[in-house]
Amino acid sequence: MIRLRGICRDYPVGDQVVHALDKVDLDIGPGEYISIMGPSGSGKSTLLNVIGLLDRADAGTYELEDRNVAELDDDELAALRQQQIGFIFQSFHLISRMTALENVELPMVLAGKAPKARRERASEMLDKVGLGPRMSHRPDQLSGGERQRVAIARSIVMHPSVVLADEPTGNLDTKSGAEIVAILEALNAQGLAVLIVTHDPNLGGRAKRSIGMVDGRIAIDERRSPT
Amino acid sequence: MRIPDVLRLSGQAIRRYPLRSSMLLLAISIGVASVIALTAVAEGARRYITGQFAELGTNMLVMLPGRSDTSGGGLVGMLIGETERDLTLDDAIAIDQSPYVERVTPIVIGTGAASYRSRVRDTTVIGANAVFQDIQSWQLAAGRFLPQTDLDTLNPVCVLGSVVAGELFAGNEPIGEWIRIGDTRCRVIGVLAGAGQTGLFDSNELVVVPVANAQQLFNSPSLYRILIETTDPSRIEAARRNVIDIVRRRHQGYEDFTVITQDAILTTFNDIFGVVTAALAGIAGISLIVAGILIMNVMLVAVSQRTSEVGLLKALGATRRQILALFLAEASGLSLLGGLIGYAVGQTAAFAARVSYPIIDFHAPYWAAAAGVGVAVASGLVFGILPARRAAMLDPVEALTK
Repeated sequence: MIRLRGICRDYPVGDQVVHALDKVDLDIGPGEYISIMGPSGSGKSTLLNVIGLLDRADAGTYELEDRNVAELDDDELAALRQQQIGFIFQSFHLISRMTALENVELPMVLAGKAPKARRERASEMLDKVGLGPRMSHRPDQLSGGERQRVAIARSIVMHPSVVLADEPTGNLDTKSGAEIVAILEALNAQGLAVLIVTHDPNLGGRAKRSIGMVDGRIAIDERRSPT
Repeated sequence: MRIPDVLRLSGQAIRRYPLRSSMLLLAISIGVASVIALTAVAEGARRYITGQFAELGTNMLVMLPGRSDTSGGGLVGMLIGETERDLTLDDAIAIDQSPYVERVTPIVIGTGAASYRSRVRDTTVIGANAVFQDIQSWQLAAGRFLPQTDLDTLNPVCVLGSVVAGELFAGNEPIGEWIRIGDTRCRVIGVLAGAGQTGLFDSNELVVVPVANAQQLFNSPSLYRILIETTDPSRIEAARRNVIDIVRRRHQGYEDFTVITQDAILTTFNDIFGVVTAALAGIAGISLIVAGILIMNVMLVAVSQRTSEVGLLKALGATRRQILALFLAEASGLSLLGGLIGYAVGQTAAFAARVSYPIIDFHAPYWAAAAGVGVAVASGLVFGILPARRAAMLDPVEALTK
């Protein structure tokens, strides 16, 4: 599904060039559950942004569903992002002036879906993350865990093939964090590929496949046999 | 993205920042309102003044001393010692002989001190004849107007404006009383109804005497104007040439006077007020450009306030064009709303002015109202492009970390 070969991403920092990603090779199949761990500055987030088509690689090839993304223009990338990829952020990134339902509808609004269909689909997704009764609340009326659940509902509303989560529990207490992880794992169990970037070894250890990054390279890539 | 969704999303953004949005609306609406209010005043003044001249009637010619045409003749005439001749009562009498001419009213204007017993008042004194009442459409409150006599006949009578009559006589019956104007005495035979400004004069504040008496009073043979009523409005141009011919012959072949038609006066005033209206609209329009710069400023702030939101939209699959459309819709929505508010305020001001001064029809011309709102929306769009482009070009990774 996802195939990275020799991916490099450099950033100029002052006079020097930092290799955020240094010849990364990675294959991700459908329905995988992967954690990416590593120290700060090891390139985890950059890898996530490249996979999520928010950032372009300086070198190497990236094929998503057998399409070489380097050949796509901005609009095609936007469309691919919309259809294939869901994002979950550490800071939720909900729009504060919209209700939970409207936030979840947003990807479908951008995709031009009809109001009735998208409202049904969005409330279905909110039910799925257990927020059905609070769908007309605005983000500032929701707890952190609830906000992240809204964000998860938003990330899956377009039926993506992979959800990319960047420190999804970073701003949450342990209990809410565990609920979020449970929801993500339930989604994974239904066949959705989940890629989590995290500092938390407990969370990282739960994934079926752990990737460890150091200095822009993949240092560890191990699969746990299902227990 | 569907158009209703674009409008809804940008509407939400406008409502999200009420202070910022209302300041912007205020600026734009002031611009549009002033375009409408100022052009309404200019247009009202134009209609008022041309209306005054229209009362003269289409068969009227007005003769005044001096050439209005300054190209050639004037300077040469001055160098060779030619002096401008006044129009005289004899000119008026000669014009009256023309077959094209129905009636003639020579007019003399000056000021004089009118007194009755111990009361004295400075007032406008108009020398005219009986015809003048028709031309001015004056109504009498009491007595009668100047009698029909030959133009050069002296007749010591006068007709008072209502205010002059009230102040000189303080409630006593003026008809039949003798008043003094300057060095001459005359008997009051009529008082005008207080109609205020009619035609070219304020009928409240004047004294009308026979033209020959006025010339004697001011000790001058010259006329201010000669109003000429022609027999047939359709042959006004022939009448004009004929009248010019008559007076030129009397002035040794020099055309040192001007004859204008009501049409020419109306055209001139329309032209002048057209320029005034356009100039006022232009000045007010500048405030709309200033409002446009404000829109740009506000939208730039909006873009930096919502940088992370733009990043999110991009992550959710928004194209550059969609982001551009959202911010442009917000800028033009604000300017359209401001334009409509300004339109309402401007029209309300014009309406209030019409109620307060019913004599003048304050109405903004349609082009000014349309241009006011149009320029507001256009400046919203034009000045919104730069901020919207900036939003559309944001790098999603950087934007998301803001």
